[in-house]
Formats: sequence, structure tokens, C-alpha cells
Amino acid sequence: MAGEIHARLSGVTRVYPAVAGNPPVHALGPIDLELRRGEFFSIVGPSGCGKSTCMDVLAGLSPPSEGEVAFEGKPVKGNVPDGVGAVFQEDASFPWLTVSDNVAFGLRRQGVDGAEIAKRVAYALGFMGLRDFAQAYPAQLSGGMRQRVCIARTLVLQPRLILLDEPFGALDAQTRLLMGDELLRLWRETGATVLLITHALDEATMLSDRIGAMSARPGRFLETIETGWPRDRDSSMLEGETFGHITGRLWQMLRAESKAAMGYGSEPGQADREAG
Amino acid sequence: MTRNTTYALDIALVIAGILVIWQLLHMGAGDVAISSPAATALRAGELLASPGFWPHAAETGLALLYALIIAVLIGLGVGTLLGAHRLSGAVAEPILVALYSLPKITLYPVILLVFGLGLEAKVAFGAIHGVIPVTIFTMNAVKNINPVFLRTSRVLGMGPMQTATHILVPATLPEIVSGLRVGFSLTLLGVIIGELFASHRGMGFLVMRAIGTHDVVTMMAVTLILAVAAVLIASTLLYIDNRLHRRV
Repeated sequence: MAGEIHARLSGVTRVYPAVAGNPPVHALGPIDLELRRGEFFSIVGPSGCGKSTCMDVLAGLSPPSEGEVAFEGKPVKGNVPDGVGAVFQEDASFPWLTVSDNVAFGLRRQGVDGAEIAKRVAYALGFMGLRDFAQAYPAQLSGGMRQRVCIARTLVLQPRLILLDEPFGALDAQTRLLMGDELLRLWRETGATVLLITHALDEATMLSDRIGAMSARPGRFLETIETGWPRDRDSSMLEGETFGHITGRLWQMLRAESKAAMGYGSEPGQADREAG
Repeated sequence: MTRNTTYALDIALVIAGILVIWQLLHMGAGDVAISSPAATALRAGELLASPGFWPHAAETGLALLYALIIAVLIGLGVGTLLGAHRLSGAVAEPILVALYSLPKITLYPVILLVFGLGLEAKVAFGAIHGVIPVTIFTMNAVKNINPVFLRTSRVLGMGPMQTATHILVPATLPEIVSGLRVGFSLTLLGVIIGELFASHRGMGFLVMRAIGTHDVVTMMAVTLILAVAAVLIASTLLYIDNRLHRRV
């Protein structure tokens, strides 16, 4: 199982075509990425470096301009393949449905039978600590709870590859650490491959088996770091020395890139538009 | 005090306030212009009990219903298309806003010439009042749908029909109900204005006939009945509207 390639990007670039007088934007690549089955991989990089684009391409939400995308050995073209789940940075919980109906949403669309839906929803609600809020509407919940609803909605579909696009970006630092612990638990129990897009270096260090550090736009991998964490881990590793080392190395790599992304010492206009 | 009793008290206070102002205006202007609340209510009761009144009410109700159906169907259809296609929406919006603020009464002679005297002209005139707000609200609802909902539908592998029924409709419903609420008020306005001129049936006609014979109390009574009916329907829509918006 270890070492088997679960998803692959080869020579992928993404160029957004020119719109209304703006020149085309070269957002990403060329990049190569191999996700091993069952690993926790994070991508970090300065804002606008194409991290989210990278995830969109891998999910089949956005076509690559060049290169190949494959999931479980099959090419990804136009559609999101079965077995891929995604959680976005924005709150995607449906305000017109209760928490429980939100979580059941995907299963109902796929025509899974009622008893099975009830079972999986109950499990996911329990897992994400939402059992007491099953009948609440998202408007009654905090941002962190709503994001958990979205994670639960993905979890019930039992995806083999989970893509997370800065899912905790809008949360405060302490809530993020706790959500990180839950994410690790979810990853361990489901055995899924996880790809996390984040701008938080500590988050990436704490959660990942491997971390890909991306350059300023157009995003390319500068280096991939193996953290060497055991599979059984949680946020208590923040106390350890290794944590500081890895986070420090990431920052060393990304410092110049982040400056470039903010417009210091780069061509004017190169990094002023968010490519996602 | 519970929320419901406070609410009932608020309504009672508003009604009491209106009655006091009405009575004061009556005492100032006299019976020749404004009949007293009591006399008007009595006359309204007589009208509601008389068989001659109901065909007129039915005529107005039918015209309103037809006009609303036309306004809503066209408004939803055009609004959805304009909302989904960004360029069309950008082109159409200023035109719609201009049409919205155009005093449509200036078009009534044209409508009369096209549709003739009778139900059709009233329906058409009501519909052109109601269709614009329904279109504008629908367009904005579709245009402003949260893009992450549509991404979610793609990740869940939903087809266009599933996306329309399970995401597009519920996501836009609160705004569309707001549009219906505004559209209802304006459609009723259009229908009544249509009945005020060159009409020989309907509530608007009753008002004009009463003015013609200087029957102030009947004129006021018909207006009162119209106002109460309109407030009841508009409040119901407002209630639904608020309930839907509370979840967002």
C-alpha cells in the first residue's frame, strides 16, 4: 500500500485566458505532483501562488492548460471523479437545510437508500461533534461548526481522496489547531489520501507527512519536505523541537517568495492579482 | 410578555394610530371629502353584504391574478436568463431600472389602443407594473448565487437538473419571494389604475363611479376594502419572506 501513487499531476500548467483587456494570467506550473495512497500532503505557498488552482485542476474542476492529471490510474477530464471529495475555504453549507440534511445532501443525490443514509449521517455527526445540532440551521452555528458540517458532508461520501482548500482559513488560531486534531483523526480512521492547501506553515507542519512548498506565481514546487511524523499524532507535537525546525525551513524557503507575491522586488504588476 | 402578544400590541397600536389620524382628518376636512372611520366601516359592511358588489371584486381579483401570473412567469424566466448570462445582465440592468422608474401611466393610452376596453387592458397594465421588480430580483438572486454552492454541486457530481432543483431554486427562493412581494404591490397598483380609467367593472370603477356621484362614503369604503385585502396579502408574503431570510 505504501508508496503506491494515488493521484498524479504531470507537467501541469494553468493559464487563465485574457479577459476584458487584461492579459492572460499564468497561474500555475509546470508542476509534477505524486500523491501516495493514504498520505497527508500539504501545499503551502504565498498568496496568489496558484495553490487553489492546483487543487481545482486535480479535482477536475478546472482543466489544465497543459499536462496530464490522473486519479487511481485514470485520466481526470472535465468531471470530478468518483471517490474525490472537496472542502472549500468558503462556507459551503446550504442555509436552507438543517445540519443533518446538509450532511445527507450528497448521499441523497446519489440515491443511496434511506437506512444507509441515516446510519452514515449519524456516524458523521457524531464524529464531527455535531450530534446536538442535527436539527439546527447553519445560520445558528459558528463559522467553525459550519466548516465541520461541510467536512461531515464530504466524509459521509467515503471519499478515497479528500481535497481541502484552506478549510480553516477563516477560523481563529486556537479553533484551527483543534480542527487540525479532528482532521488527523478523520484521516487515520478513513485511510483516505488527504491533500491540504494552506497558507499556515504551522498547520502544514503539524498535519502532514509531506509538505510541498510553492513559489510565487506562477506556482512551482520549490521543494518537498518529509516530516517523518508517526501516523498516530496530534497537535501536542507543537511542543517538540522538530516542529520548529520544519516550520523554520518552510519559512526560509517561502520568505523571498512571499515578498515577491506582495510586490517587493518583483516586476510591477506580476503578483498583484490573486490567482487563487 | 411573550413575543406574540408584543407583536399583536404593535399591530393594535398602528391601527389605533391610523384611526385617530383618519378621524382628525375627517373632522378637519368634513364629510364632503373624507368620511369618518365609523361611517366608512358601516358602508363597507353594507357593500360586502350586497350582491351587486361581488362581481366587481371578482373582476379585480381575476385581473390581478392573471396579471400576477404573467408578471411572475415572464419575470422568473427573463430574470433567470439575465442572471445566468453576465453580459446580458449587465446590458439589461440599467434598462430595467429605467423602465422601473418610468411612470407607466403614460403608456396606458397605448395599452388601451392595443388591448381595447376591458379585462385584457387591465391585466396587461398590471403585468407591466409587476414584471420589472420580479425580473430584477430574480436576476440578482441568480447572479449572486454563492459560487461555492455551484462548485459543491460539481464535486458531488450533480447534473444540471439536480443542480437547478436542489441548489439553484432553494438558494434563490428568499430573494425571489422578496421580488414577488414588491411585484404583488405594483401589480395591484397597475390593475387598480387600469380600472380607474375607461373601465366599467371592478373595484377601481366603483371608486370612480362613487366620485362621479359624489358618494364620498362609498368611495372611501371601497378603498378601505381594497386596502385591507392588500395589506393581508402583502403581510402574508412578508411573513414568508422573513422566514426564508432568517436562515440566510
